[in-house]
Amino acid sequence: MNPRRKRRLTMVSIILVTLAAATGLVLYALSQNIDLFYTPTELVEGKGAAQVKPEVGQRLRVGGLVVPGSVERIDDGLTIAFDLIDEGPAQITVEYTGILPDLFREGQGIVAQGELISSTRIRASEVLAKHDEEYMPPELAKALKGIEHVPPANQQQEESDNGSGGYE
Amino acid sequence: MWRWLHPYAKPEATYRLNKKLLPWFAWPGVVLLAVGLVWGLVFAPADYQQGDSYRIIFIHVPSAMWAMGFYVGMAVAALIAVVWQIRTAEWALMAIAPVGAVLTFISLFTGAIWGHPMWGTWWIWDARLTSQLILLFLYLGVMALYVAFEDQRTGAKAAGILAMVGVINIPIIHYSVYWWNTLHQGSTITQMVTRLEAPTMPAEMLWPLLVNLFGFLGVCAALVIMRLNNEILRREVRRPWAIAILKGGQ
Repeated sequence: MNPRRKRRLTMVSIILVTLAAATGLVLYALSQNIDLFYTPTELVEGKGAAQVKPEVGQRLRVGGLVVPGSVERIDDGLTIAFDLIDEGPAQITVEYTGILPDLFREGQGIVAQGELISSTRIRASEVLAKHDEEYMPPELAKALKGIEHVPPANQQQEESDNGSGGYE
Repeated sequence: MWRWLHPYAKPEATYRLNKKLLPWFAWPGVVLLAVGLVWGLVFAPADYQQGDSYRIIFIHVPSAMWAMGFYVGMAVAALIAVVWQIRTAEWALMAIAPVGAVLTFISLFTGAIWGHPMWGTWWIWDARLTSQLILLFLYLGVMALYVAFEDQRTGAKAAGILAMVGVINIPIIHYSVYWWNTLHQGSTITQMVTRLEAPTMPAEMLWPLLVNLFGFLGVCAALVIMRLNNEILRREVRRPWAIAILKGGQ
C-alpha cells in the first residue's frame, strides 16, 4: 500500500474510532433518558443507580403487563382502570378514559402516557398496545397458550356475550 | 486488496462484470419476491393476536433489514472511494443511496400503517423508530452532499465521509430494542440467526418471510447494478468502448 493511501486509511480509521467512542459515551450518558417508559418497578423503587423516583404530577410514560382480572370500569363507566406489573414485585394502577387499541387485553404489554397522580397511580391520556416478536397461527396459540383469537369484527359480539371486559 | 480491486478501477471492467452479474440478481429476485409476496400475503396463516394485520411484516422486515444492509454496502464503497480514490466506487455510492433511502422510507411507512391499528399510534419517538428515521436522513444527506459541490469528486469525498460516519447508526438501530425500553418489539429473524435460538415464528410464516428477504435483496441489488451501469455509461459516453456499446454492440 503506498504511503498516501496508508495515510488516508489511517485518517479515516482514526475519525471513525473517535466518533464511535464519542457516540458510545453520549449514549451511555443518556441511556436512562432514551428509555421510552418507566416500568412499574422503576416507578415504585426508583430508576437507575441513583434510584430517582418521579414526582407526583409529573408527566411520564409507563409500560408493563396488564394484570389479568384487574380491568374494571369506574365512575361514569367510560373510565377504565387496570393494574400494571413487570418482572418486579411492584404494581401500579392506570386509569384511562377513551378508546383502547384493538390489542389491549389482560396479560398484554401496554405503554401508557399520562400524569402521575399518586406514587402508584397514573391518569393516562394515551394507551398504546405493545406486542412481542412472537407470531403464530390461531390454532397453535390455542394449543400452546390457551388463547383464542377473535377477529375484530366479532369482538363486540363476544364481549357482550360473556359480559366481561376481557377478550379471552 | 489493491490487486483484487485494481481491474475494477477501470469503468469498463466494472461495467462488464455488472452485465454478467445482473441476471443472477434480477431474475431470482423477481421470482422470489413474487412467490414470497403471494405466499405471505395470501397463504400464510393469520396471527393469533393481530389477525391479518401482521402480514405487513412480509414487506416491513425485508425493507428495514436491507435499508441497513445497503447502508453498510454504501459505506464500504465510500471507504474504497476515499482511501483508494477509485471513481467507480464513488459512482457506486451514488447508485446505492437512493435505493437505500427508498427501502428506509418503505420500512418507516409500513411501520406507521402497522403501528396505527396495532399499537394505537402512527408514530412514537422510541429508540428504534427514531434511529431508523435518522438512517433516512443519513441517506438523504449523502445524496445531497454528493451534488452540493461544484467539483464532483469533492462532493463524492464529502458524501463518502458522511456515509462512513453514519455506520455508527447501524448497530444503534439493531440493538435499540434490546438496550432500551421501546414500544417496538424485538427482532424475529436475527435472534434466530445470531443466537441460534428457535425462531419465534412457525415455519409456515417464517418461510415466506425468508423468501421475501432474498427477493428484496435480489431486486434491490439488480436496481443498484443497473443504476451503476447507467452512471458508468453516462460518464464514459465519449470513450470508444462506451460508444461501441451504445451503438448496439456488446
